Amino acid sequence: MAVQLKRKPKESNKTYLLRLLSIIAIYLILIILSVAVIYPVIWIVGSSFNEGTSLASSRAIPKNFTLDNYIRLFQKTKYKTWYLNTLKIAVVNMIASVFLSGTMGYVFARLKFAGKKFGLMSILILQMFPTFMGMVAIYVLFLNFGLLDKPLALVLIYAVGQIPYNTWLIKGYLNNVPKSLDEAAYVDGATKFQTFTKIILPIMSPILTFVAITQFMAPWFDFILPNYLISSDEKRTLAVGLYRLINGQQNNNFTMFAAGSVLVAAPITILYIFLQKFLVEGLTAGANKE
Amino acid sequence: MHSVNKHKKWWQKIIGDKMTLSGALSFFIMGLGQFRNRQIAKGLFFFGIQFIYVLFEIMTSSLVSEVIPGQPKAWGYGFFRKGLWGIYTLGESTGGRFRDNSTMLMIEGLIAIMLLLVYLFFWIYNIKDANNIHLRYLETGQRQTSKEFLDELFEKSFAYVIIGPALILLMLISIMPILFGLLIAFTNYDAYHLTPANLLDWVGFENFKKLFTYTRWKNTFIGVTLWTVSWATLATFTTFFGGLFLAIIVNNKYVAFKRFWRTILIIPWAIPGMISLLVFSNFFNQTYGPLNQMLGKSIPWLNEPMHARATLLIVNFWLGVPYFMMLMSGLLTSFDKTLYEAAKVDGATNTQIFWRITFPILFTQVLPLLVMSFAHNFNNFGAVFFLTNGGPRNINYEYAGHTDLLISWIYKMTVDFKMYNMASVMSFVIFLIIGTISVFNFSRTKAFKEEF
Repeated sequence: MAVQLKRKPKESNKTYLLRLLSIIAIYLILIILSVAVIYPVIWIVGSSFNEGTSLASSRAIPKNFTLDNYIRLFQKTKYKTWYLNTLKIAVVNMIASVFLSGTMGYVFARLKFAGKKFGLMSILILQMFPTFMGMVAIYVLFLNFGLLDKPLALVLIYAVGQIPYNTWLIKGYLNNVPKSLDEAAYVDGATKFQTFTKIILPIMSPILTFVAITQFMAPWFDFILPNYLISSDEKRTLAVGLYRLINGQQNNNFTMFAAGSVLVAAPITILYIFLQKFLVEGLTAGANKE
Repeated sequence: MHSVNKHKKWWQKIIGDKMTLSGALSFFIMGLGQFRNRQIAKGLFFFGIQFIYVLFEIMTSSLVSEVIPGQPKAWGYGFFRKGLWGIYTLGESTGGRFRDNSTMLMIEGLIAIMLLLVYLFFWIYNIKDANNIHLRYLETGQRQTSKEFLDELFEKSFAYVIIGPALILLMLISIMPILFGLLIAFTNYDAYHLTPANLLDWVGFENFKKLFTYTRWKNTFIGVTLWTVSWATLATFTTFFGGLFLAIIVNNKYVAFKRFWRTILIIPWAIPGMISLLVFSNFFNQTYGPLNQMLGKSIPWLNEPMHARATLLIVNFWLGVPYFMMLMSGLLTSFDKTLYEAAKVDGATNTQIFWRITFPILFTQVLPLLVMSFAHNFNNFGAVFFLTNGGPRNINYEYAGHTDLLISWIYKMTVDFKMYNMASVMSFVIFLIIGTISVFNFSRTKAFKEEF
């Protein structure tokens, strides 16, 4: 769509001027906002290629371009271990969540059983509590089961903690699919299990994909739980590692922190931009109003 | 069982229409009434449940397990008895080999109570079933056979079997810790009473009283709550209107390359929030930050209370606007154009059309998301923790800084200062506020209306 800058026929001087002015204003706003959005990004990317280590000396456009910070990041810190730990947690959490939440969502959407309303109400209330309200109990529990300082034990909390929210999400999604589909399958003699795998599962795949993505993403930047439950450096997750790298250490580690941030944020940012439409639809699906 | 429930008294809903001998038998020994009703499989089912519980209690008690010389009497109790004893007393012996750990006793007590509630459910159901089956037999002379019962059991338990693992995990990892967290509010579990070195005690509403009577606690509570509410309101409205404004601008007919602008403007949404916040906390650094260097000034962005609050809102604006922009763009483009045309024919100006038609429709559509966003901001731990860490310090506050929200105050009390009981009291406050808002909001959604 081309922008019409020329004067339209029959347009008075005043309206023409007004139109030109508003076009200029709009572009001015867009440019200013884009700079506000992009400058911090350029600054942190630039900082990661800066010479020196401190916040004070780092520039958005480095004077001498260097990869030192990235090299130091892998040599001096356990960045690679943190990355792998988090990746492991993310993958296991994704699988466990899809399984746990998927079955819950299906059962609550499609099956009739005693205590269903009570169950739905309870998980509705449960999802209002922030996870760390139960943190002290979880700490004591983990201590007694020998699960402290075990990265994979975090999956238990992530996957289970998200069951309430995901159940409602999946249930809401399935409610929009006519029940006649699975009823037809029953009439044709399919068992519950067959109906689930052949009919329901394919229908559920978009919302399960959404759950999978969000649950894969969650551990990367969760801070509170791993910070509380994991103590040794080589078992840390990325979020805790990065936070400890920079907290109070702006002069020694800033450029290294920048490098670490770029390495983890770049893939996620690109992924989110590509998946934007899908993710926004998923986010709003939960609040599907009549 | 399938007759109309309306005319039944409350107790009839619980134990069946009438207490019969079968019911009485089941009252004392689960399954016995079913045996009298000649329902062997069902009787075995109920009896089995009771058997497992009793066996578990015996196996864990000193009747079976080894008794260490000199151990306190309570150490020989079975799992359920010890659980109830533990949560009631919170332990009795301190020091030495046989010291009680109050937190552990509380957790065991909670698990025991949850399991006993499950037992209670089966027990009542077993009495009701014994009564009703017997009454129906007297009426019709018909009984369900064992095969029919097993088929029905299989059909009914299908749902429970599938969600069973998830439910057990929810009980243990989610419900129990939350209950524990709430119970702590009624104990003296704080930095001066730490387990296992000390025993805890129930203190009733003492901690709640402290919140309203001790000046420092009261000031902190009121101050932090006021800031939390103002922050949540401002943060939600700035991002909402910012997003709406941007959506209108980007979708304007004069704007070329819409996709390009939109992609740039959603970048803040795509970058992980924690990274952005940590980057901004350096960006706004008073001495070394690039912003002050660029301006050639020394503005205390994060070091002076009002500045820090404003910076927090600005950064939240940066982070939150893209989401609302995407949302509004979607809604705006799906709008019914005939409405506009009708309004134009009637001679409405663009401004009038926006405020009288577009905005009200948009607003009702986004309202649930706005409420959700309010609740999210209310508990926006990350924004505060990573950007200001609650600072700057407030010398009149107990364990909180000028920008601390209730949630980050709770975090500090729990992790840094070990004031577990006061943190738990604050959790109640948060739960009341957020719970009310969420229930109100949720009760309006389609998913909810279909169910309740």
